[in-house]
Parts: sequence; C-alpha cells; structure tokens
Amino acid sequence: MRHLLSTRDLGHDEAVAILDVAEDMADVADREVRKLPTLRGKTVVNLFFEDSTRTRISFEAAAKRLSADVINFSAKGSSVSKGESLKDTAQTLAAIGADAVVIRHGASGAPAVLADSGWIDAAIVNAGDGTHEHPTQALLDAFTIRRRIHGSAARAKALDGVSVTIVGDILHSRVARSNVWLLSSLGAAVTLVAPATLLPIGVTEWPASVGYSLDAALAKRPDVVMMLRIQSERMHDAFFPNAHEYSREWGLGDERLRTLAADSIVMHPGPMNRGLEISSGAADSPRSTVLEQVANGVSVRMAVLYLVLSGMKEGQS
Amino acid sequence: MTAILVRGAGFADDSRGDILVRDGVVAEIGSSLSDSGAQLIDADGLLALPGLVDLHTHLREPGFEQSETVLTGSRAAAIGGFTTVHAMANTSPVSDTAGVVEQVQRLGDAAGYVTVRPIGAVTVGLEGKQLSEIGAMAGSRARVRVFSDDGKCVSDALLMRRALEYVMTFGGVVAQHAQEPRLTEGAQMNEGTLSGQLGLAGWPAVAEESIIARDVLLAQHVGARLHVCHVSTAGSVEVVRWAKARGIQVTAEVTPHHLLLTEDLASGYDARYKVNPPLRRSEDVEALRAGLADGTIDIIATDHAPHPSEAKDCEWDAAAFGMVGLESALSVVQASVVDTGHLDWNDVARVFSRVPAEIGLVPGYEFGIAVGSPADFTLYDPATSRVFGVEHLRGKGVNSPYLSATLPGRVVATLHNGYATVLDGELVDAESVAQSARRTSGAQHG
Repeated sequence: MRHLLSTRDLGHDEAVAILDVAEDMADVADREVRKLPTLRGKTVVNLFFEDSTRTRISFEAAAKRLSADVINFSAKGSSVSKGESLKDTAQTLAAIGADAVVIRHGASGAPAVLADSGWIDAAIVNAGDGTHEHPTQALLDAFTIRRRIHGSAARAKALDGVSVTIVGDILHSRVARSNVWLLSSLGAAVTLVAPATLLPIGVTEWPASVGYSLDAALAKRPDVVMMLRIQSERMHDAFFPNAHEYSREWGLGDERLRTLAADSIVMHPGPMNRGLEISSGAADSPRSTVLEQVANGVSVRMAVLYLVLSGMKEGQS
Repeated sequence: MTAILVRGAGFADDSRGDILVRDGVVAEIGSSLSDSGAQLIDADGLLALPGLVDLHTHLREPGFEQSETVLTGSRAAAIGGFTTVHAMANTSPVSDTAGVVEQVQRLGDAAGYVTVRPIGAVTVGLEGKQLSEIGAMAGSRARVRVFSDDGKCVSDALLMRRALEYVMTFGGVVAQHAQEPRLTEGAQMNEGTLSGQLGLAGWPAVAEESIIARDVLLAQHVGARLHVCHVSTAGSVEVVRWAKARGIQVTAEVTPHHLLLTEDLASGYDARYKVNPPLRRSEDVEALRAGLADGTIDIIATDHAPHPSEAKDCEWDAAAFGMVGLESALSVVQASVVDTGHLDWNDVARVFSRVPAEIGLVPGYEFGIAVGSPADFTLYDPATSRVFGVEHLRGKGVNSPYLSATLPGRVVATLHNGYATVLDGELVDAESVAQSARRTSGAQHG
C-alpha cells in the first residue's frame, strides 16, 4: 500500500488484510513492552491543519509503538497560518526527510493532491479531509465491529450479514462516507438515517439504504448503531430547527436504547455531544464501544503506518 | 499600408476563392485575383472564418497584471483567431467609471492585436448595492454598451430590474452572471452524486436556473434586453427556450469548456478543472450542444480567466475559479460541436462572430468576410490535430484544462483591420502590430 487516501480505493481483500495486521498490532498492546522496532529510523509527520487532539495522539501513539520518529506539525500558529501554501509545507517536509505524512486538512481532497503533486515522495495517510473521508476511523470502526462479533476468531473474517445503521449529519461527515464504502465492501448492510437536510444529493446511489426515521430504522433491530457528532455550526444554518428537536427525532436517548437488541452495539467516533445525539445512558452502557474504538484506533493506525512504510506483502490476502 | 492577398482559402459555405485586402478592408473576393505589391498568404487547405468576437474575456488589467494584461490577453486572443474581445469589469479598480474603461480601451488600441471593448460594471465595485455610472461609461470614449458584474450575480431583484431599465436608456445590455448567492455559499463543484462522494460543497443547477427564470421575467416586464453569461445546465437551456418562445429579448452564451468537459474531471481534485459555473453532467453538455444547434443559445464566449500558477497549484477549496480559453477556443468548438455534427462552419461564424458582435453592438461583423467590410478574419486549418500544451498558450495564464489533450485544428493566420496579427501559426511581433494599429487609426482619423 503506497498511500491511504480513501476507503473507496480499498478492495474487500485489502481491507481484511489491514484489519488482520491490526489484530497483530493489538496483540502488542497486551505485551509487557508495548513496542516493536519495525519502523526504527522512519520519520512520521503528523501534519494537522485542523485541531484534532484525539486523532493526532492516536497516530502519535501508533507511530511510537512502531519505534518511528514522530514530528507533530500543527498548522495553527505556524507559517501555515501566515499564508504558507500546502505546496511549500509539503516541500519543507520532503526536505526534512519525512517518510510518511499523516494529514488532517479542512479541504476535501487535500491528501490526494499531496499524493499526486510530486511535491513530496512520502507515503500519505489521510487523517480526515474536509467532508470527504476519514479512512482510519472507518477501519477502526470495522475492526471494532469485527472483534465484538467474532472475538478472538476475528482474523480473516469480513462483515457479511452485519447490519449497521449510521445516524446523523451524513452530508458533512467524512466518517460516514468512509464507513459506507468500507463496511459495504466488507459485506455489511448499511443504513443511513438523517433529516433530508443532512443527506447529500445523490445519496440513494451510495451502497446503503436511506431513511429519515430513526425509530423505523431501530425497529429493524440493527446489529450496530453508529451515532455521528452534530457540529454546533449546523444549528445556525437551517439544517434543523434546534437541538431539542434534533435530539428528539435523531438522538439515541435512553428510551431508544432500551429498544435495541441485547447484543447490538452502539458506536460513536467522538467527541460526543452528550444529551444531543447520544445520551449518557447510551454512551456509558455495556453496548457502547466508544472506548474500545479509541484503543482499537491505535492498533489500526499501527497497521496502516506499517503497511504504507513497508509495503503490503504480496499474497497476504 | 501593404495589401494582402490570401490565395485559395475555403469559406464556411464550402466555396473557395482569393481574398484581396487593401486599406484595412476586403477589397475583392474572387478567383485568380492579383496584386503585384501584395503580401501573399497561401491559404490552400485553410478555412477562412470571420474574425472571432468574444463577449466574455478577463484581461485582468488594471490591477491583476500578474495574471494577464491587455497586451498579453490580446495576444492570446489573436492566436485563437479573435479580432474583438470584450474585457470584463472585475478589474482593480473595478471598471465602473469612465476613467477605467477608457484606460482599458486605450491599452487595447495601443496593443493592436484585437479590438478591445470594455464591459462596464453594473454596480459600484461589483458590490450589488448601487448602480455604477452607466451613463458616463456609455458616453465615454470607450462607448460601453455591455454591462456586467460578472464573477458576481446581480442578485437583488429590484437592483436588477433597475439595471435592465437604466441600461436600456443608453442602448446597452446587461450580461448577467446567473448565480443565486445563498444557494452557492462555499460551493465548489456541480451538486450531484459525485459532489456528495467527493465531499465537495455542491453548486446546484437551480442556483443558475432560478436567476435566469427571474431575469427573463424581469426583462419581459420592463421590455429590456437581457444577456445571460455562460449557461451551463440543461435546465437553463429550457428556461431560455421558454423565454424566447414568449418573445422575451434574451440572448445566451455557452463556453467552449461547458460544451466539452464534464464534472467527472473533478474526481482527482485537480484544480485546473475548477471553474465558475462548474463543469456539469454529460446530460447538461448534450443539452448545451443541442441548444446551441437549435438557436436557443445564441453565442459561444470563452470566459477566458487567467490565474497565476499558485492559484491552481493547491488544494481544491483554496484554488481560484477559472480556465484560460482564448487560445484553445476554436479547437474546442470544432471538437465539441463541429466534428459531432451539431454545427457547420457557417453556424460557427454566426455564433462566434456575427451574433456576439450584434449583442455587443460592435460594427463591422454584419456581413462576415465581404467586400467592403473590415478585413477581420482568421485562417484555420481544421484538418490538423495537435497535443495541446503550454507552448500553444500566449497569455500569462497556464491554467488550461486541455494540457496534454489532443485537439483538432490550428489557427494559421489572423488579420485585424487589414493587417496580420498572426502569420504562419505564430504571432506577429508586438512592435509591428502596434505600428500597424497606429497607422490604421491614423488613416481612419486623419
């Protein structure tokens, strides 16, 4: 794997292979010394044009567990905020000798531009670009679902027959996009639920079914309910009347939680708005995988960094 | 001034003949013409088309000379077969006063490659709040007849009504950039399945169509003439067709790039394909071609929009909107509507020379290449093809969407006011052209 830009580019077998490597990486976390020498001498740059402490420290932990040198480059307060272009930043990182660049950017496609530009030869890992994709989030979600369902026998398995309902701001969500492509290619049946204002035009052509009613979706007893964060700026731009109505129609509150099947799971990519899209009861219930997602995120990102920096082995899938 | 004898040119109506140019006009058309003192141009195998007239060009001067100047844009125009261009008003300062439009006109006259007709802003500073000094610009030496806030829509309905009425007072026309601003806040590409997948903010067709619908009704109500810039959607074609059927005085233009390219090109986030209005679906391209063929769309205009390379060498959201188009226009028209059978060369002469001149009230193009008319024409080789590259560009901008594409045809020579601006496929040098222009204007005024 040269870069990881989107889950849309990942085939079924390649995705399963990444999850399997992530299983190996997860085993490392259980050891006494949680560190592998694999990427010693490699330099990983976390290039964050948007603040995201959670994603950044997850990548940082992943790189460090593989013994890579990590440089954190936050665009805020740097030359970038003084108008330096993506091109100049990329060429600077190339000159420093970055082997991999983990990029978070507010513009959709910025990682793809970086990968295609010729400005830098490093492996590019998309850590969230605009409203486009967040592939490592989807991989860690798939990993989490697979582990919950198959436990220690998860290796080599996909998600055939698993029903996943994703609820919330699909229009602006890179997490939703990456999950739709990845989970559907792994065989899961994905349902998207949101008010019509938060569903993109053309969503009916995505590999997912689409509905407006959360209650109708939950009545089908999905295996997984994934709640998306509602950004506060959406509340001021006529996507829905107010937080109260949103919460009543599309929030996972305690009452809706009780209607879920006993073995169903509740996911959230974080950070959560407790009381808005998810109640504390739901977030803290045994069904919730919120903290597992965080832990698995490190394993998945170790796998991704390992694969882009060492090349995916032939025939691994 | 030296006479020029063009030997054996083909004409748009498939006839062939010689063209003798003397004193800035076409003196004779016929077979076996001779003039011992004339400069000979061998036009065997070449098509003679009346000089192209662009109603929509961004020359960027004054204010954005790093992108283009009147001189460099004029050179890009000449190599593309143009003899007249209309310079859009979004300069800095904005072309909203007599002083600025006269300056643009003067620079164009001095360069001499093409007739430069300044377009005046509809509103002060393109801000959409207050009418600019339309009367002063119309009455200035630049005699402005086309008014546009292009780049921005005159979105306020009352202001648009007033502009349509007020411009009528001076025999002019408002050229509207139809883009409902609230529906396109932050918009990046055509809104559809692809924009949703790419995560780029959508630019809905309705944002264009709703303004056109409103404006044709306003034009009908006040009895004014309306011109719609760069129509880009199938729905817009329908609205214009409906308006024409009702007898509303509306004309519409389409760009070469909207006749050839589709939104799929945005998939790789290559900002060269970022343009306003955005590239649309293939169904839209088909509707635009059909609308041009059946006369719903009156003209082709380039919307030549040069930018410095750093404005495109970046992430999509940060990139500037626009493409250069003068140098490639005729080739793209050939590829998109001539070779596909939608238009013949007579139609091209109509939609890319006579009618745009009519809309802009530019004299001299009424009869095409005709005895007694100004000698403004271009010799084009439609049989050749070339891999288009930066070496074919003559303006400052290299933001062409056609780099590395194979395009048909090539402009071999262009004559403007009876002197050559392009010979043997290359520009005549700036000093010679400027001298020819001075001699011509001396002859006219002296």
